[in-house]
Amino acid sequence: MTLALDLALCVLILGVALASVAGGGVFRAVIFFITYGLFVAMAWARLGALDVALAEAAIGAGLTGVLLLAALGRLRRMNATSPPHRTGLHLPAAFAGAALACALGWAWFALPAPSPPDLGPVMPQSGVGNRVTAVLLNFRAWDTLLESIVLLAALLGVWMLAQDKDWTAPLGPRYHAQAGGVLASFGRLLPPVGLAFGVYLVWAGADSTGGAFQGGTVLAAVGLVALMSNVMRPPRVSQGVLRAALVLGPAVFLCAGLLATASGGAFLSLSPALAKPVILTIEVALTISIAVTLALLVIGASGDGEYAP
Amino acid sequence: MMADLATYVLTALGLVFFVAGTVGLLRFPDTFSRLHALTKADNLGLGFIALGIAFQTETWAQLAMLALIWALALLAAGTVAQLVARAALATTQEEE
Amino acid sequence: MTVWLHIVALGLLASLGGALWRVWRGPSQADRMMAAQLVGTGGVGVMVVLAALQDWGLLVVAFALALLAGLAAVGFVQAQTPDGAGDPEETAPSRPWKDALAATQAEKKP
Repeated sequence: MTLALDLALCVLILGVALASVAGGGVFRAVIFFITYGLFVAMAWARLGALDVALAEAAIGAGLTGVLLLAALGRLRRMNATSPPHRTGLHLPAAFAGAALACALGWAWFALPAPSPPDLGPVMPQSGVGNRVTAVLLNFRAWDTLLESIVLLAALLGVWMLAQDKDWTAPLGPRYHAQAGGVLASFGRLLPPVGLAFGVYLVWAGADSTGGAFQGGTVLAAVGLVALMSNVMRPPRVSQGVLRAALVLGPAVFLCAGLLATASGGAFLSLSPALAKPVILTIEVALTISIAVTLALLVIGASGDGEYAP
Repeated sequence: MMADLATYVLTALGLVFFVAGTVGLLRFPDTFSRLHALTKADNLGLGFIALGIAFQTETWAQLAMLALIWALALLAAGTVAQLVARAALATTQEEE
Repeated sequence: MTVWLHIVALGLLASLGGALWRVWRGPSQADRMMAAQLVGTGGVGVMVVLAALQDWGLLVVAFALALLAGLAAVGFVQAQTPDGAGDPEETAPSRPWKDALAATQAEKKP
């Protein structure tokens, strides 16, 4: 029975993936991509990777959909024409894709089967009970630190596309909604629940499913709902609080790493006694930064609402 | 055993509503009736599945979680049905 | 019980597979969007069943899915409004509802 379930999931994932690249119609491709995220989240759940399933559910089924649909709507309003759909086989692309698939297949068979590292003996030193959190924020903290900085760099890249005159304008489109309407009510009901859930995910992430990234993504998503239903005023680049929130995570992470160096250890090494409070502090700071960065990445730079037709 | 029986019956009912929703989505003649079919699956299908699974829970927290999940799905389904129907009414273009 | 829950999960997946046909077929964008909405709700259902089958911690994932279930559709209806940032309730329908209904019925059997 388990096999049948897994096979069904595999068929659905492959089918949806194929459907999103085959055939014409950008809108259809976007909708298939959204459902793809849902099925992949189910696959991660089947594999027992709850933290990944959670991240995929929040990013793939939530934020990416909003981003792609907004981009598509904007293209339509700009009267952008999509390139004519080619029905024939695109040989170079097909060749490159097939070559990559062959290389990956070769690697799959040629490389020795990886044995997952045994974290059991070192887990007590990590300060937390969730193995994913232990790896992300302690054993391989270096990766996570750089990733948090990459996220910030991505946002700066988006902002750089704004015109000079728009730099002081509120970020993102000028959302508006009918007062007391369905959308406005949704925007008032959902964020409180999402806020509580996001905070729960960060707090519980130390010992069970959750963590800074998942919590931050959920917070970003409900923040987007509040922005889109015009319950929350759009932020401006010039706001000091906003800038502080963006750099808080990487800054606290860097400070924790440097403090470890100052006290005689290696960069980013956490002493077992202090690991738990330090990890929690980093996680809270990272959550705030991730939430703000992701939400701002989705709504885009200033002046997005106005464009030369 | 009674709890297991309740799970069998309720999840089967939920499955029926989901299948009915899909059939309606595929067979109904226009966008608005398809929307009608969809919301039944959303609300009742997931409701019965969650209720059926509720008889298997081990703690009160899991039970509360299931109730919250259904409440959230109801909120999303109701909002989305209203908004998508409005959007379908307002827009004229059918495809890009 | 385990076998039955597997059957329920399989049945849900099959039903979602059917909904995917509507995503492919359309004809209107609203049709595709609402089929994706059904896949989202079905995904919550599958997660709830999987939670009972393998790990109750999956309820957290189901909760996240349910919380964000309406997000994509909200993004969709906003992108449909004239300035791409509005509320479909604000704009008066561009045509009587009967015309809108007739337009969506365009998909006739060949």
